[in-house]
Amino acid sequence: MSEFPPPLTGAVVEAEKDVRFLGGDPTAAALGMSIDVAVEQVSDAGEVVRVASPLREAFAIFAENKLAVASAVVLVVLVAFCFIGPLLYHTNQIASSLIYANRPPSARFPLGTTPNGRDELGRLMVGGQSTLEVGFAVAVLATTFGLVYGLVAGYFGGFVDAVLMRIVDALLSIPFLFFVVLLASLVIPNLFLIILVITAVSWLSTARLVRGEALSLRTRDYVLASEAFGARKSRVQFRHIAPNLLGVVIVNGTLKVADAVLIFASIGYLGLSVPPPATSWGVILTGGINNLFDGYWWQLWPAGSLIVITVLAVAVLGDGMRDVVERRLQKR
Amino acid sequence: MIGYVLRRLVQSVIVTVLVSVIVFILLHTLPGGLVRAQLGPRASQLAVHNLAVQEGLTKPLPVQYVIWAWHALQGNLGYSYKMNQTVGSLLGEYVPRTMLLVGAAILLAVAIAVPMGLWQGKRRNKADDHVLTGTMMALYSMPSFFLGVILIVLLNIQFHIFPSNAQNYGTSTSTDIADLVLPVLTLCLGNVTYFSRYMRSATIDNLLEDYVRTAYAKGASPNRVLFRHVLRNSITSTVTMLGLTLPYVISGSLVIEALFDFPGAGLLFWNAAQTRDYPILLGVILVVTLATIVGNFAADLAYAAIDPRVRYT
Repeated sequence: MSEFPPPLTGAVVEAEKDVRFLGGDPTAAALGMSIDVAVEQVSDAGEVVRVASPLREAFAIFAENKLAVASAVVLVVLVAFCFIGPLLYHTNQIASSLIYANRPPSARFPLGTTPNGRDELGRLMVGGQSTLEVGFAVAVLATTFGLVYGLVAGYFGGFVDAVLMRIVDALLSIPFLFFVVLLASLVIPNLFLIILVITAVSWLSTARLVRGEALSLRTRDYVLASEAFGARKSRVQFRHIAPNLLGVVIVNGTLKVADAVLIFASIGYLGLSVPPPATSWGVILTGGINNLFDGYWWQLWPAGSLIVITVLAVAVLGDGMRDVVERRLQKR
Repeated sequence: MIGYVLRRLVQSVIVTVLVSVIVFILLHTLPGGLVRAQLGPRASQLAVHNLAVQEGLTKPLPVQYVIWAWHALQGNLGYSYKMNQTVGSLLGEYVPRTMLLVGAAILLAVAIAVPMGLWQGKRRNKADDHVLTGTMMALYSMPSFFLGVILIVLLNIQFHIFPSNAQNYGTSTSTDIADLVLPVLTLCLGNVTYFSRYMRSATIDNLLEDYVRTAYAKGASPNRVLFRHVLRNSITSTVTMLGLTLPYVISGSLVIEALFDFPGAGLLFWNAAQTRDYPILLGVILVVTLATIVGNFAADLAYAAIDPRVRYT
């Protein structure tokens, strides 16, 4: 709606402007293009010098941020827990057995049991699978669609641009959780449809971000030069501008994982989630909340903590990646 | 200034119309149709057809939209067969409670965030700044219902201070202000981080501005510079955040009303989604969206009124 402040894209981290842009040219593939080996360059003196490749350089900057590295490790551990865990720790997550309902932690059930008598630890692994799948799938889909939409709007400009962006404005002004609940209540939710529904609200801020950045790149020297050489508009937009947006878009996409996990948890609480026996962390947590006054702590804190840890790790990781992008911007 | 206001006004109206069109189309492309949702799966084809004709659902979609929009403009948003009330009267009953909840949460969030952000900006990268930033990150990372549960465990189960349930709030049986405390606190804490982060970076930016150096050069004390100059300039940008965060706060109210059984628009919406009560869904979406658009518009006006630079660009 408003053009003055940077649009808020869900993650608070966006609002942070500690590192000030010092201008300079935008990065060519801030997070590294396809080249991942060191490049050899011939210096003035004629000897061959090894220059770090963009990807190596990006990794080097990223590695300085210990918190970001730690959160990357945490995310890897979480993925292993959810996807490799069930291979090592066998539990029956299909059938419910009410005689074992709500058992506290014991040797047989390390984290107790759910209200349906399933093993809580095994449940968390299964729930984590859908949660992480939704998080990553939404981030990828929303980022791709938002990127293309924003570039197309910027490419055509004028009337088409105005129409496309007013649609984004309109959808952005619907409080997103209401929109998600509306969409989810129109269909019978399954994993795929839930991913689509959350994507439907997540791509909006990416589209706006991409268009804004593309507009500001338009006036750069290398774009003007390319135009002066007679490059077609489509070539400028997709060959020169799009790659330079990549860094910003990847950071934004990372933070989208956090948003999607939070939205998925919230709609799980509202009763819209993957159908049983599949589950999600939000649904497991909801089971614990329904038993809140019975003191079944093992149904509450593990699921809640896993959501918080995931979102926190993704947010810190996104922060670290933004540092990489901005540092590279400043160096030029 | 008048041109700017008019331009923003026209934009807002266009966006409102677009929202209504989008939501209207979504609801009318519903599998099974509106009538099926109303009569249930066991109604006969004839009954479905008759009601569809009676409700004007056999007309072309654009015609239906115009009729619906015309009625909506006159304040007639349809009738809920499930609740046996007009949507208008339901909204009139539930929406003010949500406005109270959201308004109180935002005010409280700003009251916490402004001094905190200013403090953090001043003490940038010191230990206390990191602790506060970390706390805010943790709050942001919590789904709002989990935050609410933590508050219930602390303030209700452990210490029995506040009720964990506000289902009677604003009804004839109770208007107890204590019912409001936990919902407002949850909604506020979940959103305070948006404002405080913005306030912090605005403070940091402003502290580097020339006018701060000038003020120091003229012998102003650090406190005077912070409170007289930096505070005022940082608040202007935080005002705009009010408009931008409205969709987030209102979204949060949906979950929080469900958690605390708070009888507001969010709970009305949630119940309507479960019973597929489409006139209510459409009505609530329109009202909360309109509230967002009006909020954004008001924030922009306030921003333009405070900051003269906006008016001349």
